[in-house]
Amino acid sequence: MSKPQFAMYWAAACGGCEIAVLNTDEKVLDLDAHFDVAFWPAAMDAKYKDVEALADGSLLVTLFNGSIRTDENEHMARLLRRKSQILVAFGSCANEGCIPGLANLSPREQIFARAFESPSTDNPDHLRPQAVSQVPEGTLTLPPLQAVVRTLDQVVAVDYHVPGCPPESHQIAAILDLLIRVVKGEAELPPRGAVLGAGDSTVCDECARKRDVKAIHRLARIQDLPPLATDLCLLEQGLVCAGPATRSGCRSRCPAVGAPCIGCYGAAPGVVDQGARLLTAIASVVDEKEPEAIDRVLDGLVDPAGSFYRFSLAHSLLRANRQALAEQE
Amino acid sequence: MASDKQPEGQERIGVYVCHCGSNIAGVVDVESVARFAADDLKDRGVVLARDYTFMCSVAGQELIEQDIHEQRLTRVVVAACSPHLHEKTFRGVCERSGVNPYLSEMASIREHVAWVHADKAAATAKAKAIVSGTVERVLQNDPLEAIKVPIDAQTLVVGGGIAGIQAALEVAEAGYDVVLVEREASLGGHMAQFDKTFPTLDCAACILTPKMAAAGAHPKIHLYTWSEVEKVEGFVGSYTVTVRKKPRYVDEDICTGCGICVEKCPVLVVDDKFEAGIGYRKAIYWPFAQAVPNLPVLDPDTCTYYVGGKGGAGGGCKACEKFCPTVPNSIKFDQTEERVTLRVGNIILATGWDLFDARRIPQYGYGRLANVFTNLELERMCNAAGPTGGRVVLRDGQNAPKRVGIVHCVGSRDRHYNRHCSAICCMQSLKLAHLVKERTGAEVYNFYIDIRTPGKEYDEFYQRVLDDGVHFVRGKVAEITDVPFDPAEAGREVEGTLYVQVEDTLAGLQRRIPVDMVVLSAGLEPRRDSAAVGKTFGIACSTSGWFIEKHAKMDPIATMTEGVFIAGCAAGPKDIPASVSQGSAAAARVLNYIRQGELALEPVRASVLEAQCSGCRICNGLCPFNAISFVAERQVSEINAALCQGCGTCVAACPAGAIQGTGFSDAQLFAQIEGLLRDVQREPEAA
Repeated sequence: MSKPQFAMYWAAACGGCEIAVLNTDEKVLDLDAHFDVAFWPAAMDAKYKDVEALADGSLLVTLFNGSIRTDENEHMARLLRRKSQILVAFGSCANEGCIPGLANLSPREQIFARAFESPSTDNPDHLRPQAVSQVPEGTLTLPPLQAVVRTLDQVVAVDYHVPGCPPESHQIAAILDLLIRVVKGEAELPPRGAVLGAGDSTVCDECARKRDVKAIHRLARIQDLPPLATDLCLLEQGLVCAGPATRSGCRSRCPAVGAPCIGCYGAAPGVVDQGARLLTAIASVVDEKEPEAIDRVLDGLVDPAGSFYRFSLAHSLLRANRQALAEQE
Repeated sequence: MASDKQPEGQERIGVYVCHCGSNIAGVVDVESVARFAADDLKDRGVVLARDYTFMCSVAGQELIEQDIHEQRLTRVVVAACSPHLHEKTFRGVCERSGVNPYLSEMASIREHVAWVHADKAAATAKAKAIVSGTVERVLQNDPLEAIKVPIDAQTLVVGGGIAGIQAALEVAEAGYDVVLVEREASLGGHMAQFDKTFPTLDCAACILTPKMAAAGAHPKIHLYTWSEVEKVEGFVGSYTVTVRKKPRYVDEDICTGCGICVEKCPVLVVDDKFEAGIGYRKAIYWPFAQAVPNLPVLDPDTCTYYVGGKGGAGGGCKACEKFCPTVPNSIKFDQTEERVTLRVGNIILATGWDLFDARRIPQYGYGRLANVFTNLELERMCNAAGPTGGRVVLRDGQNAPKRVGIVHCVGSRDRHYNRHCSAICCMQSLKLAHLVKERTGAEVYNFYIDIRTPGKEYDEFYQRVLDDGVHFVRGKVAEITDVPFDPAEAGREVEGTLYVQVEDTLAGLQRRIPVDMVVLSAGLEPRRDSAAVGKTFGIACSTSGWFIEKHAKMDPIATMTEGVFIAGCAAGPKDIPASVSQGSAAAARVLNYIRQGELALEPVRASVLEAQCSGCRICNGLCPFNAISFVAERQVSEINAALCQGCGTCVAACPAGAIQGTGFSDAQLFAQIEGLLRDVQREPEAA
């Protein structure tokens, strides 16, 4: 009896999601035992034409990581959507844009100028990447960069969401187990649209640090603060910790080792805009009355967009720079 | 996104566009707005839209009622004024017609459109956008039921000045228990310090002390003087209040008020409270002769028993204890503060005001120039029971002034101090001018910016003072000094003369008027601790520090916190008649609640979805009504629904989206935004 087919694909992303799947150790072997891995470029050789040759809907499940940055990403998203019964937005990039999504703060030309005409780049002719270039050896093509980074569900319909940058391996292992049990007929998938591999509260729920009523008089980066107490809420000590606004599921890994949560598991359930939530929450607990004192606290926020929207900008209410959005249309 | 949703089920929405006479129709093309709703919003569930001159009129309301019945409307949008004004009206229309009142919404096209725009086309477009947003919002509304809470019949009145006394008496006379808490050792407040009251020149004590005595003796009034409210928990109908009783060092139950202890006490100290610093009291003393309750209070800062270590340094004189005739002895050197917990249903705050500290204006010389006085000092001097036995004298205590300058608006109507008009200083200054004239025959100069005498018989009193021959100089005093301008001036005047430098704006010249005495008519300020008191009771202060009324005109007694009322000067300067009226009015409001027995509260409330709350505690310190508590065992925050006033602060702040505000859910707000932006071109939908 033929096994159901499995695929994993990597669009605009760093590759961490792929590593995280492999980090499940021998669980990958279980995956292989129950699925026919039809397409997984990071793990085994395959060509696009192999995917194109598949009948529509013949992949039972595809884990899609990465955001949609180029025409090629979009092509693959649409192709894999067509070929898959279950398309999973896997990891922060596919779900909310993640770090690549921060490029949405700038229109495309600014990104090119930064990348190809930096002070250390010799580019007297102001060259830019071209979709089609003629060279003596023939014609070269490059997938064009789109004006904005989009998330998978802004391009195609998505069946499930797995948050995290990357998703935690113990959560991935549990998802693989679930898939295997579904294949064996021992379990059922949750309703479409559900979030898999995460909790339904926020990081604070799993954080062991002691919390008190918040009254913030100082915000600073970790290197600018004196040594922090190891058992107290980091936000109360002046660090912008995204834990209160971030979905649980990671076992509060970063705060547990003294680093603030940076929000990679995305918004809490039901929340539309993680960055706006975190921003209003922190603004609400700045305990100063005088405008100058408030400014002094807020001056400690050196990178508001990066602090509040580090992972979620492309999927937020803001989405992108207006000029970039206009170019996209 | 919300806009992609189809109207839920088969909702039938009626949209009513009000002309408000020409208030709206003068700027907004109301017919066009109604047509837009009927045609363009048909696919959003709008089955009819009308415009009408006054939607709030009986005829307007009947129009809606009729449509609800005949057109089977399920939701209603009224595009008119701010919901602040008529939300209740239209909710009432729905309720009478069998539609849940919370399935109606108002679109503010008067305050938000007609009154702030002149361009008719743009205003009409904006009105349409607001109507569209409101239609989207009303589709997301849930039917809500009012929350019912029982009302405890006992009432707390805070502040035993004239407003508080009046409120307490009114409630007690109606047969209900009142707890009256006063910070000082006696009832009376500021009014007890005055000599006469304007404009009738009644003796203040003569009209106040019967009320004080009545309050003190009333079986339904439970008096806590020398006490402060420390903590308030609960909500309208069932507040739990903790009162801190400061030690009097006198046993209230035993002391008969005979006064031998006061008589025998050898320590004489300056009384800077009641006598405003110009008289003396003992270390054990009555606040004043007619104090209610008639109990002395011992001041441990000056009593020999405490000075130099309790009981040490010879153990103090203990004369009070030795001579106290009661058995057992009423003097209790070891008394400590005590806390009493009380249950009340409503609270009336009549916490009054503080006198502007005239030292803050150094060029007027108060505290530096001996013969510059405050109005309160002069009040005490004029009083026959005061330190000078009613004689108006200079700081030397002997000589009567021959020339007196009275400066109005000291610390009021001045951007450096308080911008507000203290409301009573004109009349107070006129009264003092009259009293000085009457008692000394001195030449009196009143320096004023404007004379404000709007009360009953007030201007007549002004005319009377003019007829007395008091001089009026219109101008803000620049400086009061005892340094002569030049040797010639020094030669004309005796040493110690004060010179009032002022621009006489009517005569159009600078004047320099020599006087023997200056009286500064210091303004009224909010209590120094009003912000903290507001926090204790869960009500807000304006930036200047006065408590904020629910509505400055239409609901000046209530606050945004149900069951907490304000009366008298706590909300702003007032004269005695206004304070008394407010005391009565607050009592009427409380009695109304008590008689109803239970109260229906707005169901617009925040609540915590416990499963989503991670106990981050961001919301814990934010609630202006102290409705949020942290449940340590379950590590979640909790909102007391009856305390919550639905302000939304915590809903906005909750980073986990775990706090929901009924009536203001994310779904409602996003739908409203989508509706507002209906005409803004959106990106093509992703395939």
